[in-house]
Amino acid sequence: MMLSQTLPALQVVLPLVAAPLCLFLRPPKLAWLFAMAVGTATLATAIALIIQVQHTGPIHYEMGGWAAPWGIEYVIDPLDSLILGLVSGIAWLVLVYAGPSVEAEIHRDQIPAFYVLFLLCLTGLLGMVATGDVFNLFVFLEVSSLSTYALVAMGRDPRALTSAYRYLILGSLGATFYVIGIGLLYMMTGTLNMEDLARRIPEVADTRTVAVAIAFLAVGLALKLALFPLHKWLPGAYTHAPSAVTAFLAATATKVAIYVLVRIFFTVLGPIDAFQTLPAAISETQVVAVLAMLAMLSGSAVAVFQTNVKRLLAYSSIAQVGTMMLGISMVSVTGMTAGLVHMVNHALIKGTLFMALGAVALRVGSVRLEHLDGIGYRMPVTFAAFLVGAFSLIGVPMTAGFISKFILVRGALEDGHWLMAAAVVVSSLLAIVYVWRILEVAYMRSPPATAPRVREAPLVMLAPLWLLALGNLYFGLDTTYSVGLAQDAADYILTYMPGEGPPGEHPGLGPGARPAVPSSGGAH
Amino acid sequence: MMPPLPDPAQIIAACLIVPALGTLAILLAGRWPNLRETVTLATAGTLAACVLSLLDPVLAGGRPTLTLWEVLPGAPLAFTVEPLGMIFALIASGLWVVTSVYAIGYMRGNDEHAQTRFYACFAIAILSAMGIAFAGNLLTLFLFYEVMTISTFPLVTHKGSEEAKRAGRVYLGLLMGASIGLQLVGIVACWILAGTLDFQVGGLLAGHVDGWPVLVLLALFVFGTAKAAVMPFHRWLPAAMVAPTPVSALLHAVAVVKAGVFTVVKVVVYVFGLDLLTDTAGSDWMLYAAGFTILSASFVALRQDNLKRRLAYSTISQLSYVVLAAAILAPLSVMGAALHIVAHAFGKITLFFAAGSIYTAAHKTEISQLDGIGWKMPWTMGAFAIGSLSMIGVPPTAGFLSKWFMLSGAYDTQAWVAIAVIFASTVLNAAYFLPIVYRAFATRPAPVGPGHADHGEAPLPIVAALTLTAAGSIGLFLFPDVFLSLADQLVGGRP
Repeated sequence: MMLSQTLPALQVVLPLVAAPLCLFLRPPKLAWLFAMAVGTATLATAIALIIQVQHTGPIHYEMGGWAAPWGIEYVIDPLDSLILGLVSGIAWLVLVYAGPSVEAEIHRDQIPAFYVLFLLCLTGLLGMVATGDVFNLFVFLEVSSLSTYALVAMGRDPRALTSAYRYLILGSLGATFYVIGIGLLYMMTGTLNMEDLARRIPEVADTRTVAVAIAFLAVGLALKLALFPLHKWLPGAYTHAPSAVTAFLAATATKVAIYVLVRIFFTVLGPIDAFQTLPAAISETQVVAVLAMLAMLSGSAVAVFQTNVKRLLAYSSIAQVGTMMLGISMVSVTGMTAGLVHMVNHALIKGTLFMALGAVALRVGSVRLEHLDGIGYRMPVTFAAFLVGAFSLIGVPMTAGFISKFILVRGALEDGHWLMAAAVVVSSLLAIVYVWRILEVAYMRSPPATAPRVREAPLVMLAPLWLLALGNLYFGLDTTYSVGLAQDAADYILTYMPGEGPPGEHPGLGPGARPAVPSSGGAH
Repeated sequence: MMPPLPDPAQIIAACLIVPALGTLAILLAGRWPNLRETVTLATAGTLAACVLSLLDPVLAGGRPTLTLWEVLPGAPLAFTVEPLGMIFALIASGLWVVTSVYAIGYMRGNDEHAQTRFYACFAIAILSAMGIAFAGNLLTLFLFYEVMTISTFPLVTHKGSEEAKRAGRVYLGLLMGASIGLQLVGIVACWILAGTLDFQVGGLLAGHVDGWPVLVLLALFVFGTAKAAVMPFHRWLPAAMVAPTPVSALLHAVAVVKAGVFTVVKVVVYVFGLDLLTDTAGSDWMLYAAGFTILSASFVALRQDNLKRRLAYSTISQLSYVVLAAAILAPLSVMGAALHIVAHAFGKITLFFAAGSIYTAAHKTEISQLDGIGWKMPWTMGAFAIGSLSMIGVPPTAGFLSKWFMLSGAYDTQAWVAIAVIFASTVLNAAYFLPIVYRAFATRPAPVGPGHADHGEAPLPIVAALTLTAAGSIGLFLFPDVFLSLADQLVGGRP
């Protein structure tokens, strides 16, 4: 088989196989260089996939040559390629950045293990995106989650352990709910292949089992993506994790969870409009939209009162997850585009901000607001990048954040959702407040006289940081690749129809054994 | 045969690139003050020349355009030079040259810190003024509008004191909050309703919307453009007075506030169109809001003893003249609005220059301290008197001209409320400006305490700058042709 045809498998298998090898590389530098090389190869694969998908349309790959729906199938469609590019791009930047940061924040003996876990986490995230099988997705979800718990626990602060524990409990609950949901679907359709599920689900759409499955999936995924009020694991995990981990998680983990929600609800369950059947909270407005708005407002409001900048940005992330979900909950091309664009843009924003904070933590040793007096003058290059990210977070024009906000408001007004537009605006105004608290401390106070002189962060940290910061500016001015790709993906998802099934009977049940309306577990 | 002129599109690009390069050069030359100031002056001069070279094509009826890439599908970064933008660009770039001269005298005379940051931010603010003036669509306008807010923030908080910090919060919170909270929503709504964001003669919304949505949109734009300081979105302007005086002079009498009223006039003329607003019942609330702002700001100004604060409230009141004139919706009054942008710019910058001159030479900031200062600083206070007359609208100053057009327009449309407001506020203007002039020339100076050296005039660059702008106020009255014909084209007159 040609190399180009195995790309979907390579995308996942490469970091998976490479991960344990890090254990044999004891010197931290060596492990770092190796992980970086793996990250580079993964990114190259993702870019090749993006190009291929643009030329040929969705790619199907059968694992081990077993045809779907019998075997596990990997499918890369426009949405997948967008997310794969995002995740592997951010992972690559974080890996470059991680070297000095990790050496300072993690015990030397644990560093090889750190890279093992990091690559495993990357594997899980990429696998969730690449796979075309709902159970395989669960496996990767667990691969990424378990490694994330361990990564969070590696933080210096003892509170990292309790945060990781809380994350473990809630994350496992979410994953369990998800697997219960797909279990119920399997019971009704006898298949785990996404496309096949989409084909078969309309027959059983009206059963109570499917309704319960939808509920379990919605709650489980909402927990994983930290949708208000199931977000309690996030602030602690982001605050106490090592800086590089926070940057990586904030930029990718919740995004992939949102991707899974979109994938399950709009393609796998798309033919029965599962998302639209979620209960309405206020008259016509769906519960997800209401929760998203509450997330935006409460997350931003709580962020205003934080004194630890990492925690402040974590609460801002909760609000931003709300922003993305709000766009998705509009179920229109513009809204979905806004949600997806904001996934990309927010990855750039939070990547920039958390990387800058990591650089500050490395040199100053703290990211509490009271220790950051005049940091804009003490580390001008580092903090200028933070400034760019902060403007982007507010949504100042010529930054990426502006673009997503603009499209989101447009999506809301197009369908006459005035309340949603108002929520977006109010949460932006709150963002001005919490961002300005940081900037005022950084630029409008003079450094304390007793503060030791600090140097800028090393170049390997500054370079990826500034690449992300420039990304914020670039995607604020030219949106061909962000909005363009997101719009393609939104179009594709909202009009998704499963292809014709393979000839012959279904594998899950014997010939002729499959009743049109199952008597077991059906609507009683 | 005329010598071949460069392509107007290239000149538009140059108007943005010159201040951008200037900023960079200022930052690089930061260590050598003389070189840095030379760069500022050279940049200002080059920019003014660039803008001036666009004047002839525009006067001849041309509308040079420059379209860059698409920021969002269907909404490119685009620039079009039309008469109103030409007026704004001319005064912003022209007065930047004068202000630069003045700033050199002021910043050195007061030995201010962080001068490099000051000059660099100043250049960016002017860059954004050019972007706003030439913006060809609402998106471009909004982009540069926000750049202006951010680039002027370090100038407002230049002192770095607690007071400056508080002022900075009000400044940023109001300007950015209103623009994101109201204006942006209005822009998006326009896009959905009309399918385009490009400014169009006759109004881009004409034919796409009528009835109450027009009123909502108008409110989103008028209040969302907080830089126009229509009450209750005016508090940032007195707060901004904590900035060094050249900033108050050029930015808070010319560039920033004029960007605000410019946006309002532009939106009224090119987004709504005069006909749409005339046909919509209820759109005269804008006139009442502006009238209320004019009168109440004047009353507040009466009670201020701090000279710069009195000037700031006077600015709020004068800005609403422009909004009021636009709201009368008569072609003549819209011309008056455009002319008042110019007239007020020259008059108010003179007054601020004078205030800064007094601060530099005599270290006085309160009006009650100005007894007899006119005899010690004759040039400064002479210019101040001319500026005051222009604010009141007495011939032979430019202020008379604009008020005349406003009144003619108001008379045409029988807008008696507007006429009453203009008359009442003229009296108020006289009541808060003339006593200062009287005090300066007709009272005896307080005796100089022992140990205090007496003062004379301010440094030469300051005096030169304020004399020039005062002369401009009179010159505009005598030779208003260029601005008149631009204003005439704005309301549909043929070149």
